[in-house]
Amino acid sequence: MSVSVLFDAPGPRTVARHRIYTVIAGLAVLAALGWVVWKLYDNGQFEGDKWEVFVTADYVSVILQGLLDTVKMAFIAILGAVVLGFFLGVGKLSEHRWVRWPAWTFVEFFRAIPVLLLMVFIWYGLGIENNSSSFWGVVIALTLYNGSVLAEVLRAGVNAVPRGQAEAAYAIGLRKTQVMNLVLMPQAVKIMLPAIISQCVVALKDTALGVYILSPGLTKVYKQIYLEFDNRIPTMFVIAGLYITLNLILTMLATWAQKKLVGEKKPLEISMVGLTDADTGATRGGGL
Amino acid sequence: MSLVFDNFDLYLRAFGYTFFLFLVSGVLSLVFGTILVAMRVGPIAVLRKAGATYVSLVRNTPLVIVFATFSFLAPVLGINFGWLDIHIGEFDFTAFFGAAVASLTIYTSSFVCEALRAGINAVPLGQAEAARAVGLPFTGVMSQVVLPQAFRASVPPLASVQIALIKNTSVAAVFGVAEATAQMRAFTNDDPTQRTGIFIMFAIGYIVIVEGFSFLSHRLERHWAVAR
Repeated sequence: MSVSVLFDAPGPRTVARHRIYTVIAGLAVLAALGWVVWKLYDNGQFEGDKWEVFVTADYVSVILQGLLDTVKMAFIAILGAVVLGFFLGVGKLSEHRWVRWPAWTFVEFFRAIPVLLLMVFIWYGLGIENNSSSFWGVVIALTLYNGSVLAEVLRAGVNAVPRGQAEAAYAIGLRKTQVMNLVLMPQAVKIMLPAIISQCVVALKDTALGVYILSPGLTKVYKQIYLEFDNRIPTMFVIAGLYITLNLILTMLATWAQKKLVGEKKPLEISMVGLTDADTGATRGGGL
Repeated sequence: MSLVFDNFDLYLRAFGYTFFLFLVSGVLSLVFGTILVAMRVGPIAVLRKAGATYVSLVRNTPLVIVFATFSFLAPVLGINFGWLDIHIGEFDFTAFFGAAVASLTIYTSSFVCEALRAGINAVPLGQAEAARAVGLPFTGVMSQVVLPQAFRASVPPLASVQIALIKNTSVAAVFGVAEATAQMRAFTNDDPTQRTGIFIMFAIGYIVIVEGFSFLSHRLERHWAVAR
């Protein structure tokens, strides 16, 4: 505890008191963990045959195939979302009302409805008896949702570029598209990159929703495995571990990009749904 | 779309479940999130570590996996919602509802914790130092100076977390709660030719809840905003 807004630097008596609390808290945490582990052990969840499948080459390759499907869905969706987000974001920044309004409506609509609802709709739209429709249902739903979020990220990113940059660019005679593409966008991308990587975490997590529309991926594999080996809890731990590892790597990448590209400035704050542009500018823009 | 209008009572009941899921797990996640943040910013290192581990594990797990883990783990740990059997009007709150609320709470409280922590971090150190310098005791520093500012600063991120929760209630459909998304899938299954109309009707339902909440929270935020 060096500096905190909550506590003053502790004196010797407080330090001694904290030491007692630490022991009590440590014991309580250990007891809780121990109880869970003991309950699981008592239930036979740590028996070898429940875990053997995860070191058997054939099944490991099945799990890896599931992982590959999950990553593939997330990757295609994010690529699509970046493209869609670019057009929607630029659309939202447009000076023409007939471009701005459709873009705004599109973004607000897809940000306000659950991805799962969208997935079900697209799945039925593509035909549920069709084998690949669940894969593309997940990909298209995630593209639409994340594209809308990234549009908002792009708008915030471009607005975060100091206004003098655009003014100077106009002053030397650049056109509107040139100002956007040569001056604002390159700087905005730097500010946006951490937020985009964080959105990859969201997309990766949301691929798990595909289980509701029977899509391939890790959530399908876990069902196959525990139905065959009756090892629900070990399978959950393994699958959750895979997701957590991937996401932690992405989060570390985002933190690194934030430090490297943006420096000590605050990360972008993305407004929530339903606020008009004027509102967000008033309440959030000034505080940054 | 006529399918929805013919069965409008089912439509309303489904959104009723969505709303109750949101309400109960919203309140519970605020409570648990506050406990978590107290652990995370408190002076005891063990609790800080435990809170941080919980948050980073849960935040990086897909909500579906949180639901599944809870529903598989809970019986082994002796936690079950078999006792939950409440009927209010047309609504039945049973074990499925209880498990869904628990999973949503486990997941959302980690985000609530981060939102509140962001609020505490937004209070400049000088505020607390000045409060100590004028002789306020610890409770005074907290209740008069730090927490009011921290709370206000965390209203916008908290609202975003709760809006995400409204949308996340849809995951309960995967685990047997007859809320809006499950009802939408059932309607679509009954008559796939009407799928666009059904989708739009349910989208409107969600938009009404989300925008309504967003409007309220925005008014609160304006009301409490402080000039810095």
